[in-house]
Amino acid sequence: MSYVPHTPDEIQTMLDRIGVSSLEDLFETVPHSLRRNAELKLPSPLAERSLLAHLETRAAANLSAGRTPSFLGAGAYHHFIPAAVGALASRGEFMTAYTPYQAEISQGTLQAIFEFQTLICQLTGLEVANASLYDGASATAEAVLMALRLTQRRRIYLSAALHPHYAQVVRTYTRGIGAEIEILPLAGDGRTQPAELASDTAAVVLQYPNFLGCVEDLSWAAEAAHAVGGFCISATAEPLALALLRPPGELGVDVACGEAQSFGVPLSFGGPYVGFLATRQSYVRQLPGRVVGQTVDSLGQRAFVMTLTTREQHIRRERATSNICTNQGLCMLRATIYLALLGRLGLRRLAEINLSLANYARSKLQQAGLRLPYSAPSFNEFVVRVPDLSTRHGALVEQGMLPGLPLGEMDPARSDELLVCTTEMNTREEIDRLARELVA
Amino acid sequence: MSTPGRSGLVFDEALLFERSRPGRPGVALDDPQVPSVDPKEALGADYVREDIDGFPELSELDVVRHFTRLSQWNYGIDSGFYPLGSCTMKYNPKVNEAAALLPGLVDLHPLTPEVGIQGILALAHEMEELLAEIAGLDRVTLQPAAGAQGEFLGMMMIQAYHRARGDTQRDRVLIPDTAHGTNPASAALNGMQAVEVQSGPDGILHPELLEPHLDERTAALMLTNPNTLGLFESHVEELAERVHAAGGLVYLDGANLNALMGIAKPGDMGVDVMHFNLHKTFSTPHGGGGPGSGPVAVRNILASYLPTPVIQKEGERYRLDDEFPHSVGRIHSFFGNAGIWIRALAYIRTLGATGLREVTQRAVLNANYLLTRLRRSYDVPHDKRVMHECVLTDRRQQASGVTTADIAKRLMDYGFHPPTIYFPLVVHGALMIEPTECESLESLDSFIEAMEQIAEEAARSPQLVTEAPHLPKVRRLDEVRAARRPRLRWTPDSET
Repeated sequence: MSYVPHTPDEIQTMLDRIGVSSLEDLFETVPHSLRRNAELKLPSPLAERSLLAHLETRAAANLSAGRTPSFLGAGAYHHFIPAAVGALASRGEFMTAYTPYQAEISQGTLQAIFEFQTLICQLTGLEVANASLYDGASATAEAVLMALRLTQRRRIYLSAALHPHYAQVVRTYTRGIGAEIEILPLAGDGRTQPAELASDTAAVVLQYPNFLGCVEDLSWAAEAAHAVGGFCISATAEPLALALLRPPGELGVDVACGEAQSFGVPLSFGGPYVGFLATRQSYVRQLPGRVVGQTVDSLGQRAFVMTLTTREQHIRRERATSNICTNQGLCMLRATIYLALLGRLGLRRLAEINLSLANYARSKLQQAGLRLPYSAPSFNEFVVRVPDLSTRHGALVEQGMLPGLPLGEMDPARSDELLVCTTEMNTREEIDRLARELVA
Repeated sequence: MSTPGRSGLVFDEALLFERSRPGRPGVALDDPQVPSVDPKEALGADYVREDIDGFPELSELDVVRHFTRLSQWNYGIDSGFYPLGSCTMKYNPKVNEAAALLPGLVDLHPLTPEVGIQGILALAHEMEELLAEIAGLDRVTLQPAAGAQGEFLGMMMIQAYHRARGDTQRDRVLIPDTAHGTNPASAALNGMQAVEVQSGPDGILHPELLEPHLDERTAALMLTNPNTLGLFESHVEELAERVHAAGGLVYLDGANLNALMGIAKPGDMGVDVMHFNLHKTFSTPHGGGGPGSGPVAVRNILASYLPTPVIQKEGERYRLDDEFPHSVGRIHSFFGNAGIWIRALAYIRTLGATGLREVTQRAVLNANYLLTRLRRSYDVPHDKRVMHECVLTDRRQQASGVTTADIAKRLMDYGFHPPTIYFPLVVHGALMIEPTECESLESLDSFIEAMEQIAEEAARSPQLVTEAPHLPKVRRLDEVRAARRPRLRWTPDSET
């Protein structure tokens, strides 16, 4: 099976028309020296049933959040996805279209992107957003690159409570062009310690809420950055928090970026996800990635089109604002559908449910005698200290429970800290069990 | 024979925000069975917003109709022939979707402890080996989220390689004038300098045209093969030899791999590092612009620079290895687009070696058939044997004022998605046509009929073409207005 339709007669007809005698003859421009060894050694083909059986066997060996109580968050969140999200996003007209270069027959994709851009602006309290980026980490890196371009400076401050993977990706993305990265330490309450920034600061980056679950005070960072002519960037890994928290734009943030996986995109072992990036109108010409704008057609009807393309690589080549060539179309579409289904009241209610469950979990763990080291307010994620964590964590995983992320894996100084996340997928019983088992 | 475009009932559909009605309930949510918390008490009143201004309020049916209507304004591979050059718009098998949605894969958290991810690591390892075999290279990383991120990573590894050898002055990347725009942008993002190399009058690179650019500053040659004119770079072996002799490495942009499977391996061409576009060659959905997946394959000399974490197989166990001292670092929030490479894995396992070779043969058959028949009506700048795509121009239609853009728009009326237009840049008024292996003879003939009729219209009634399209929901757009006065979001006071 290779999904090709040609009958033997048709192949002959076509070869005759082209004027060659065999399929092999079509490859006359490929040197024989290359063709000699070109045979591929791959496993035998599998038809649909045996293919799925093979994959199911592998899938069954995984301990997935759908099959077990899970308190894992840390940048990827297990939320319920209404059936309508998958049903609509998997329509072939969306799924099998490409980049809307030909706007007249791509209005569906284009209007959905325009709606996504609007929803992201509403959530972040900013003026313009792009059509999405690969993921939260690369969105953060692109935000930093944007600040480096706009300020023509090199100094970047990253909060110590920025997701370690995001910080690593920022380092990777800025290595080639040269950036000086400094880490802002944390205060005792789990938030970034306010600090003065050097006069050559390009940007300061805080996560909101931060990697430890604490809600940062973005105002001081924005004031400190602006005082020296730099940018304040907020990165949000759990965007559901923005349904309750004051929007970054209102707190002085210049670029709000992050990960929108929480909005209807499945966990899928870390991808595909969907990065977002919003900023102020005045920086629109330095936005990375695709942007859709409103216009009219020759009959005066409203229509949407990719715009400001002179920023992009296919026009500007080596002087482009980014090398990105796509967005995360399908994931962006899922997020747009998800937010439309939840809506203004639903999204806030869901955020309140997450907050209530986390509050319940905090008090249960405290009642069980465990210490919560950070006093700053948190949304649906928080850190708990667990004596002899690695043993207990191992025992719980053995029993088929994912109790959260042991932070020692990322920072040896935090070997007794467990990052716990609760979403609407967690029941009261699961939380009670977690509290029991962590001290057992 | 006839062409498939017809007009039909199309629905108007307002923006989500315009359809919204205050107080209309959306989806229901379960009560959490724990005490409710007042956000202002839990988070502090200063930290809590009052509302999300302008956020939509819709019923589920409102949302279903909204996105169903939007989808109907789109043209996908599932709708019809989509010969978008360089994008390989082949059929996206439905079983791939089922594969990616299997429980145990779709609901797997990326930070699950190693004992709980043995199944997916086994699949990742399997995928790496399949891609290494197809590339004829040694090691593969699945992490890049798209081809452009693969290019960025590949360039970064090349840079790391030279630096480790003390060759710190190598900052120039030689890029043919036929290359995709991402190539120079990816080099620049690494702080490297893109140097354009002219191809010969026959549309391909020649060793003697490359030679003057080779020196102690050469970091790499970044090649697309077949190139964007659809031509195989027949001198690739000698080009690679000369680059290597000058101390540089060879990067292959794998965008056009659909023309090579079972015919020639990049590793045998002298390629040191390449990226794959899984959404092109390996049938994962293009999704209106992503998500893609851009794995990178390398020769062993580059293996120690692979991004972290690296999957290691130890006996029957798999492990994610972060201790990779020479690695260029991390490039993705987690481990790349697993949901996409699982679809591509399903495709490769479905086809096997014979199937992939068949794909390449039929893709090349279809492209050459189109070229053979279309050269009667259209100008062909490099009229020779092509691989998986061919490039025409509007030169013969220009006399009557009909341009490539007009031809593209008119194709919509006939029921086809237009080819890629005005690319590659080296061809004036290019129409770049990639039929893929999935199209039947009658589908190609129908497209040819439309192209021939458009050529006739251009001669006899050019207005029909220059004012096209006539059938889609909207007509030609005012792109200048969109760029001059950017309106990038809805606001309550937006006029329509």
